[in-house]
Formats: sequence, structure tokens, C-alpha cells
Amino acid sequence: MMQGHTSLLLVVLPLIFAPITAVLPRGRLTWLATMAVTSICAVLAGMQLMMVIDGGVISYELGGWAPPWGIEYRIDSLNAFMALIVAIIAAVTLPYALLSVEKEIPERQVPLFYSAFLLCFTGLLGITQTGDIFNLFVFLEISSLSSYALISLGRRRQALTSAYQYLIMGTIGATFFLIGVGLIYSETGTLNMMDLAARLPGVADLRTTQTGFAFIMIGFALKLALFPLHLWLPNAYAYAPSVITVFLAATATKVALYVMLRVLYTIFPEGVVAATPTGDLFILSGMFGIISASVYAVYQANVKRLLAYSSVAQIGYMALGIGLGSATSVMASIVHLFNHALMKGALFMAVGALIYRIGSSRVENIRGLGRQMPWTFGAIIIGGLSLIGVPGTAGFISKWYLVLAALEQQIWLVVAVILAGSLIAVVYVGKVIEALYYKPPVEDNISVKEAPMLLLLPTWALVLANVYFGLDTGLSVGMAEHAVETLGIIAK
Amino acid sequence: MTHNLILRVVSKSLIPLIILFALYVQFHGDFGPGGGFQAGVIMSAGIILYALVFGLDAAEQVIQPPLLRILASIGVVIYAGVGIVSLFFGGNYLNYSVLADNQVAGQHLGILLVELGVGITVFSVMLIIYFSFAGRSRP
Amino acid sequence: MDFIIGHYNYWVVIFLMMAGFYTIISRGNLVKKIVGLNIFQVSVFMLYITMSTVHGGAAPIISEGVENYSNPLPHVLILTAIVVGVATTSLGLALVVRIKEAYGTIEEDEIHELDHSL
Repeated sequence: MMQGHTSLLLVVLPLIFAPITAVLPRGRLTWLATMAVTSICAVLAGMQLMMVIDGGVISYELGGWAPPWGIEYRIDSLNAFMALIVAIIAAVTLPYALLSVEKEIPERQVPLFYSAFLLCFTGLLGITQTGDIFNLFVFLEISSLSSYALISLGRRRQALTSAYQYLIMGTIGATFFLIGVGLIYSETGTLNMMDLAARLPGVADLRTTQTGFAFIMIGFALKLALFPLHLWLPNAYAYAPSVITVFLAATATKVALYVMLRVLYTIFPEGVVAATPTGDLFILSGMFGIISASVYAVYQANVKRLLAYSSVAQIGYMALGIGLGSATSVMASIVHLFNHALMKGALFMAVGALIYRIGSSRVENIRGLGRQMPWTFGAIIIGGLSLIGVPGTAGFISKWYLVLAALEQQIWLVVAVILAGSLIAVVYVGKVIEALYYKPPVEDNISVKEAPMLLLLPTWALVLANVYFGLDTGLSVGMAEHAVETLGIIAK
Repeated sequence: MTHNLILRVVSKSLIPLIILFALYVQFHGDFGPGGGFQAGVIMSAGIILYALVFGLDAAEQVIQPPLLRILASIGVVIYAGVGIVSLFFGGNYLNYSVLADNQVAGQHLGILLVELGVGITVFSVMLIIYFSFAGRSRP
Repeated sequence: MDFIIGHYNYWVVIFLMMAGFYTIISRGNLVKKIVGLNIFQVSVFMLYITMSTVHGGAAPIISEGVENYSNPLPHVLILTAIVVGVATTSLGLALVVRIKEAYGTIEEDEIHELDHSL
């Protein structure tokens, strides 16, 4: 019983505090409340993960109604790992948020900012916890709506248009998901994921089921920003407030990927998946995504946009892992999901520190800052190395497993694309480092000092995590292996 | 709209009925069709009608925007709070059966409180949406 | 022919869905896009509602002498989806208002020009 309450409180705690934060007086109290909630959630998520590892799947019936009639929270090792990633990233982002938000958000909007942040947090955690597919849609919309609002708070007016664009694309994606859920509900009469898994094999041959599957996958491909449905992402990440870029880049797309894994391996039987060219599409979009988004990244003049395009490329790696469909490749996807959260979190935080000091992240404005802000610069170097996949960093581990998976199936083209992607990453990371260190400083920036401690500490926490998980893969790979076992993927 | 006598008289006599109907829908929700969503929207429609006929400033005298934000928050807290209370009574989240002596009474009480929270939030959020759009063009 | 007439509700849904989707894609006016988005969403609501109908079933309110009820669950789901739709619409329109204030226009191509002429 107590086990279930932990899983529930993870979602309900931020939900209750979101409206409370909205009415708290201005000042740092709202930040403190948010900070407390996210830290408690991180602890709860850690406890939940331990309980799942020790005691197996946790099932919690909301309102005491037994599934499949009531909504069920069903936690296995994959959910628990995802919830932990989301909660930890939020807890690390919050100390960083204090100064960054004070700088970038008008004081009047700060309470609402934290309120929306908590709602987004609730939504993302809810997606990971729930075992009911319609409940998942509701949580998806909670997180999406609040993230549209948060992105629109960026200082430049382009933030508004990119939030609008994201709203349109995101709602189309969510509605596609809703159509898919409707179609499979009309075939099976149930919304509970486990119940669906039991009933769908009986209707696997029907075209309605397959159409429903396609709608669900495309809907979430939009949320995941899978190439070529990624067009909303670069703008949204580039113009959002720094804190939101950090948080969304490290969690939102990851949660979408989790839902795809869940849909592919838990809910739908192999017959449905095999009847559609899902695997090939994932491989194709992954390969094109890696190459084209990496090339785009090289030509960006804004570092945040550059990193956003690199995110699209990294999503391509995860898509490759799903597309290859073997136990090793899916494991590589999950590991990369975790590592990418760490490296993009660290990189966007470091760029946020630059923005905190000079108010811009354009390549021509940050010239020479590396010498004046050595710690920020160091974070960008190590984060960048991890992004490239240099041995000793987290990025290396996931790419290594991905290459292994491709070699297992002897698909040489995929191996070549993964390596080419890393080489292009050297170019765009190099471009940032060159501007920061080897270019003469801009005159206005002569007096710029190192970023404050409160920004540096969370950044370096993530940077060190990048190094740690590059050397000791016990947690990341171990959890991913556990999750792959739970999903029941057989080695090809 | 200050001169439209017919509009003013008709809406003045209609608004109490609209609000009364909203309350009926609100509290009848656990027996028949109705509930917080519908009641909240009907209730806010009454206030919006008032704002349309008598002007935004008059409507904001009736119900002040800062109050609305607090009301919207209170609604969500009532809803989530009922769930938490049932945790303390030893049930699962939102399990109303444990709220009173017997299950039926508990379910009644629970759904009534939850719908009340929903109603308050929907009412105030609809008004916040209206006020913030309508008040935007004001200098 | 029976196939077409017998499934008329689905044709309505598909027509609305495509009309809405086409509006989102083809119109450059930000408000019209939101209108299209609404039509698109409403078509899905109708899909759910028609799906829940049971032939000869009454409205799902317990009353004496009635044995056959329509399925209430999709109605509840759609009530939630409608609320989500209202939230999306109002947030979208709020963004349009802010865009109008920031750019002075709500035509997509003009906004594009303003962004790139800087």
C-alpha cells in the first residue's frame, strides 16, 4: 500500500503546489516552494525505483476502482527510471532557476512561471506513471499546454511565434494520438494498457487496429520531434527562457520516447507492429535526422539553436535504436536517452550562464568569453566532448552500444551514419569552442566576469555526471538492461 | 451599452436565474446530468453577460480579478485535497468510500466536494480568460 | 451504397477532420489556423461520441424500464478532451493577441518577413 502512495504523491504533490505557487506573494518564496517540491519528488522517485527493483511491478488503483475500470498507475523498471530522470533533472534545474529566472522573467510573472513549471513537471511525471492510455493523453496535454506558455515567456518576440508554432504542431500531435486511442478503444473497449495488451492480439489483423497504431505513433513522433516532424523544436528551444530550454530539452522529448517504447513493446502485439513498416521508418528517419540536423547545426549563428538542432540529431540516434529493434539497440536507445538528458542539460545550462552575463547566445557576441568565464567554458568543453562521444564521457557509452547493435545485424550503413554524425558534431562543437576561446573578445564584453556560483554548481553537477556515467555505467546500462527485460524484447 | 434599456432590464432579471440554474446543475450533479464543468461555465456565462451589458469595469467591481486567481487555485486545491484526505482515512487517492461512515454516503460526499472544486475552478478560469481578453484593449 | 450510407457518421468525421487539417496547413492567418485546429479537434470528439452509441440504447441515466444504455465512457473522455480543447484555444488566442501586439500583424508571411529583415 505504502509503495503505491509513493508513486501517487510523485504526481499529486506538484499538482497541489502548482495553484498554491500561483497565489503566493512575489519574491523568492515561490522559488523555495518549487525547489522543495521538486527535491521531494526526486527523493520519492528514487525510492520508487528502489522498490521496483526489489519488489517488482507496483500497481496503484486510483479511487480504489480496480483496473481495467479504474485508472491504474503501473510502475515497472522503465517507468521508474524515466520518473527518476525527470525528477532529478527538475531538482537540478531549480537551483539554477533562481538567478536565471530573476534575470529573464519580469517579476510580475515569476509566481505564474513557477506555477506553470510545476504543472509541466506534473504532466511529465504523470505520463511516466500512468497505466491508462487516456490518462496519458490528459497528462500529455497538461505538460504541453504549460510548456507552450513557458516558451512564450522568452524575452524576444520570436518566443511568441515559436510557442504558437509549437502549440499548433503539438496539438495536432496530441489529436492524432487521440484519434489512435479512439480507434483502438472501438476495437477493444478498454483503455488500460495491460488490458489492451491482453486484448489487442485478438484484433491485430484488423485494419482499424493498424490505423490506430499508425496514428498513435505519428502523434508521438510529432511530440518527440522525430525527423522530419522536428520543425517546431529548434525555434522553441532557441527562444524559450534558459531554464525552460534546459528542462524541456532534458525531459520532454525523452518522455515522448518512453511513450513510444511503451506503445511499441507493451501495448501493441508484434503482429500489428510487423504489419507496418515501423522499424524501417525509424531507421530511415533516424539516419536522415542525424545527418541533416547535424549539418544544419553547423550553420547556426545562435548557439542555443545550434544545440537544438543537435538535439534533433540525437533524437535520431534514439530512433535508430528503436528501429533496429534488438535487445542491444533498444537498450542503447534508453541509455542514450539518459545520457542525452545529462549532456544537453549541462550544455544548455552553460549557454544559459553566457546569456545571464551578456544577454545573447549568438556566436559573434560570445567571442573570447572562454577566457573570462573559464568554468562555464570548461562545462561547454566537457559537455561538447560528451555530445561528440569521446571515450570517458557518457556520450561514448550510448553510441558504443548503438554501434554494437548495428554491427550485430551487420547494417554497415547505420554504422557509417553514426560515425559520420559524430564527426559533424566535432565540427559544430568546435565552432562554439573556437568562438569562445580563439577569437578576440568583443569590446563590450571585456569586463564580463565568471557566472555566479548558483549557476555554475548545477551546471557542473551535470557535467560531472557526464564524466561519471562515462566511466561507471552500472546505473545507466544496468537500468536500461532491466527495462529491456521488462519490455520483453528478444535478442535478434 | 449604457442606453439599451431593454437589454439592461432583461439581463438584470435573467442573471439571477442563470446563477440559480448554475447552482442547480452544480449540486444536482451527483444524481443526474450536471456537475462542476457545466455549472462553472453557466455561472461564468451569467457574469460575462453582466460584463457585456454593463461594461467590464462594472463586472470587475462585482468580482475582482485578483480574487479570481485565488478562487481558481482554491478549486484545484479542494479537488486534490479531497484525494489527499482519503489517503489519511486509509483509502487510495480519491477513494471517496472512506470519507463517511458508509460507502454510499462517502461516495456522495466525495463527488460533491470534488465537483465543487471543479465548479469553482472552471467558473473562475472562464472569467479570467474573458477578463484578460476583454481587458487587453484597455489603455 | 449501403456501405457509404451506413457509415455516414464516419464520413462526416473524415470530412471535418480533413477540412480542419487543410485549414491549419493552408491558411497564413494565425486566427484561421486556430479555427482549423478547433474543427480538427471537434471531428475527433464526434468520432468518439458516435462510437459510443448503442443501437436502440437510451441516454446513460439509470431509469426504470430501460435495459439498453449507450456507453457513457466516451462521453466522459470527450468532456475532458473538450476542456483541453478550450484551454488550447484560449492559450492559442492569447498568443495571437501578444503576437499582434509585438509584430502588428497576424499574417504568417508578414511575421516571417519582419523576423528576417532584422
